[in-house]
Amino acid sequence: MMEFFTAEFLARSQFAFTVAFHIIFPAFTIGLASYLAVLEGLWLKTGDDAYMVAFRYWMKIFAVAFGMGVVSGLVMSYQFGTNWAVFSDKAGPVIGPLLGYEVLSAFFLEAGFLGIMLFGMERVGRRLHYFATLMVAFGTLFSAFWILSVNSWMQTPAGYIINEAGQFVPDDWWAVVFNPSFPYRLVHMVLAAYLTTAFVVGAVGAWHLLKNRDNRPARIMFSMAMWMAVIVAPIQVFVGDMHGLNTLEHQPQKVAAMEGHYETKKGVPLILFGIPNDEEERTDYAIELPNVASFILTHEWEGEIKGLKDWPKDERPPTAVVFWAFRIMVGLGLLMAGLGLWSLYARVRGKLYDLPMLQKMAVAMGPSGFIAVLAGWVVTEVGRQPYTVYGLLRTSDSLSPIAAPAVATSLAVFALVYFIVFGAGTLYMLKLMAKAPDDADTGLESGVPTRAAGTTPAAAFVPAAEE
Amino acid sequence: MFDLPLIWSFLIATAILIYVILDGFDLGIGILFPFLETDEDRDTAINTVAPVWDGNETWLILGGGGLFATFPLAYSLLMPALYVPILAMLFGLIFRGVAFEFRWRDEKHRPFWDFAFTAGSMVAAFCQGIALGAFIQGVEVDGRTYAGGWWDWLTPFSLITGIAVVIGYALLGATWLVMKTEGRLGEKAVRYARVTGIGTVLFIALISLATLSLDPRFVGIWFSTPAVFYTALVPFAVAVTAFYLWRSLGRQMDHKPFLAAIALFVFSFIGLGISLFPYIVPLEVTIWEAAAPDSSLGFLLVGTAVLLPLILGYTGYAYYVFRGKIKAGEGYH
Ligand code: HDD
Ligand code: HEM
Ligand code: HEM
Repeated sequence: MMEFFTAEFLARSQFAFTVAFHIIFPAFTIGLASYLAVLEGLWLKTGDDAYMVAFRYWMKIFAVAFGMGVVSGLVMSYQFGTNWAVFSDKAGPVIGPLLGYEVLSAFFLEAGFLGIMLFGMERVGRRLHYFATLMVAFGTLFSAFWILSVNSWMQTPAGYIINEAGQFVPDDWWAVVFNPSFPYRLVHMVLAAYLTTAFVVGAVGAWHLLKNRDNRPARIMFSMAMWMAVIVAPIQVFVGDMHGLNTLEHQPQKVAAMEGHYETKKGVPLILFGIPNDEEERTDYAIELPNVASFILTHEWEGEIKGLKDWPKDERPPTAVVFWAFRIMVGLGLLMAGLGLWSLYARVRGKLYDLPMLQKMAVAMGPSGFIAVLAGWVVTEVGRQPYTVYGLLRTSDSLSPIAAPAVATSLAVFALVYFIVFGAGTLYMLKLMAKAPDDADTGLESGVPTRAAGTTPAAAFVPAAEE
Repeated sequence: MFDLPLIWSFLIATAILIYVILDGFDLGIGILFPFLETDEDRDTAINTVAPVWDGNETWLILGGGGLFATFPLAYSLLMPALYVPILAMLFGLIFRGVAFEFRWRDEKHRPFWDFAFTAGSMVAAFCQGIALGAFIQGVEVDGRTYAGGWWDWLTPFSLITGIAVVIGYALLGATWLVMKTEGRLGEKAVRYARVTGIGTVLFIALISLATLSLDPRFVGIWFSTPAVFYTALVPFAVAVTAFYLWRSLGRQMDHKPFLAAIALFVFSFIGLGISLFPYIVPLEVTIWEAAAPDSSLGFLLVGTAVLLPLILGYTGYAYYVFRGKIKAGEGYH
């Protein structure tokens, strides 16, 4: 039992806890920022105020989610130094500049234009306001680009040399940024963010349709979200498969853990369910499809796949966590595609808004994106263990020289603070989502200037000189 | 070709200074919040910073992230040494950051989020001050790792710098309100600016003397001839600025007091630079020893040269969009 409460275990728990909370918000805001840009664009193009209603509705929710993304992200940028000082010293020359570019090209862009997007509609006019919305959306995407490059470099390091001080130093920046797993991870994560948002928007639209089938903005939300499910979910399944093949090439242990394979064999079955047992080195109670794993991973029915036993025990990730998280993500991905197909069938028959069962299903699937994102990151991160920089720097050698009680205390405070703050924030978002989008609430024609975030005090910024 | 570590040390120092000034005034609003008494004045005060606080805080991320990128050794020595104040600062920033949105979302709990806004701002400012003090007094280093304990930062000196930063930020906040508001709130802000202005100048003097007592080398830097002819300019500039601040507060309610408050921070910062240069972990590790290789510094510098002017441009534009005085009671409900 005691071995659990080492500084290493506590630091890992703290990182996992804080980053897991953080990723929930970007996964939502990356998608929502783009969605807002689309809504405002449609409004400018068609002049249909229903789009403006939807825009203002989601902007209030965006403001809350973004605030939480910012403060939880701020914590992340200091976690490297506080808990992983040795890692920071060694990997800083390579990943530091990438994070620097994230700040310079993404965070400033978002922050600089967010104020105008939230509070500035009547100050800058429609075109400039739309420009601000676009900049916020681009900012979130640039952010994903750089941070995923960082993470991917830690998974599949490339373009570096090691100097006398034991630091990784860049040798070829192009190879560092576009390291082997980066393109797959970037596409997969951005799609994940879009899907996450689509399913939240779809659930909210469906919820209000169940109460009032004629609410136009709710119809728009539901319809747009279901298009995303039809188109993007299958693409995500495909991209995920390519991502997995790439992982097989660069991190075969991880794939062995995802699949629950201990033996190196030909004609390997796909284990649907089972209980990986690291002690006995076998997966118990496995339900298998013969030869399918070989086919998926090597595209040959008799292809050979390496099992975990090919590596010494201290180079293997904990199998069960990776195995189960992977099944959760893939299961949800397939469900998402399934809901998309169902909605397509309903749409073709002209019944998209008239099937309470479909709408109830969409409500139930509202949180599915978040769960899949978390599960996906658990696969990625736990599957990378026991390394921080894959194959080169062990997690146990990355730690800060901080005593366990200090890490334990801060972890406890993090847990307390996060549950209070992000619990309250989540409640506020749910409260906003529970309100039906109101047809009249375009914030435009009433003569009262747009108070962008609704209750937030935009119009307070009328300069005295212009009175 | 270029001395990249030198260039980067100036850039990082500048980023931190910009952070201190910008987030200083919005944290200052939080510190003054309980003294504003009426809900109306509080709403007006928070409205003056709502559209810009996120951008202000981004400079802190640039400071931390930039240090990680360009002086990874310093980052990995200082962060463990400052573990407690840094984490406490982050907790403070979490509370005051979400309060901007949350206080409008929930009438019933508004007093709670207002309290979170104030307490968060105070804790963040105090911890930044403590981190500053702990940084100046130096940390224990062994090879490439931090060798001290997790309470080493706690000394009378770091407590003094902690209080000083709280008062200094309150001065920035008060003079910001002098510039952005009018009427009752504006007049109140003038009074607060006077009190915190006196406090700030006293603390600048106190910390300067205390720093000299930390290590004889600091005395050497400031008082050896001929250096003293230049270094003496700094306290002189502080004195002149303090006088100007006091005078400008009696006049019209405009931007002059705010600029004077900023100048106080700039001169103090220059003084700090004179004491510490060229150390990045004071009296232990120099900027050249801690710097990342030139390939890292150069790679980031290229982008910075392009992006930083752009950032300054659109940040300035955002401030321009929200320029002018904010009237009480306008624009919400
Ligand atoms: C909406 C979210 C979502 C959905 C529906 C899926 N994924 Fe995923 N997956 C993620 C969200 C995600 C993620 C959070 O974005 C991860 C974590 C790291 C990353 O790059 O993407 C991830 C990682 C990840 C990995 C690990 C790669 C590595 O660590 O090297 C694999 C192999 C897959 N995914 C495969 C799939 C497959 C085959 C899916 C469909 C059936 C699928 N994913 C659906
Ligand atoms: C955002 C979603 C992410 C989640 C949910 C996540 C989850 C985790 C988990 C569960 C661990 C602990 C693994 C273990 O101890 O077995 C971990 C560790 C870690 N992750 Fe991630 N991670 C995420 C993203 C990232 C990103 C983007 C980076 C880098 C930029 C990163 C860098 C690290 C580091 C440095 C550690 C500590 C060392 C280690 O235990 O590997 N993670 N993460
Ligand atoms: C563990 C590594 C990570 C670190 C150190 C980190 C750091 C940060 C920081 C400091 C912020 C605040 C920026 C601001 O003030 O505007 C932030 C926000 C953000 N991060 Fe992260 N982040 C990490 C992981 C991720 C991942 C994996 C993604 C998504 C792919 C991501 C996407 C974003 C986005 C879009 C924002 C904007 C705020 C929001 O939308 O919630 N970050 N991050």
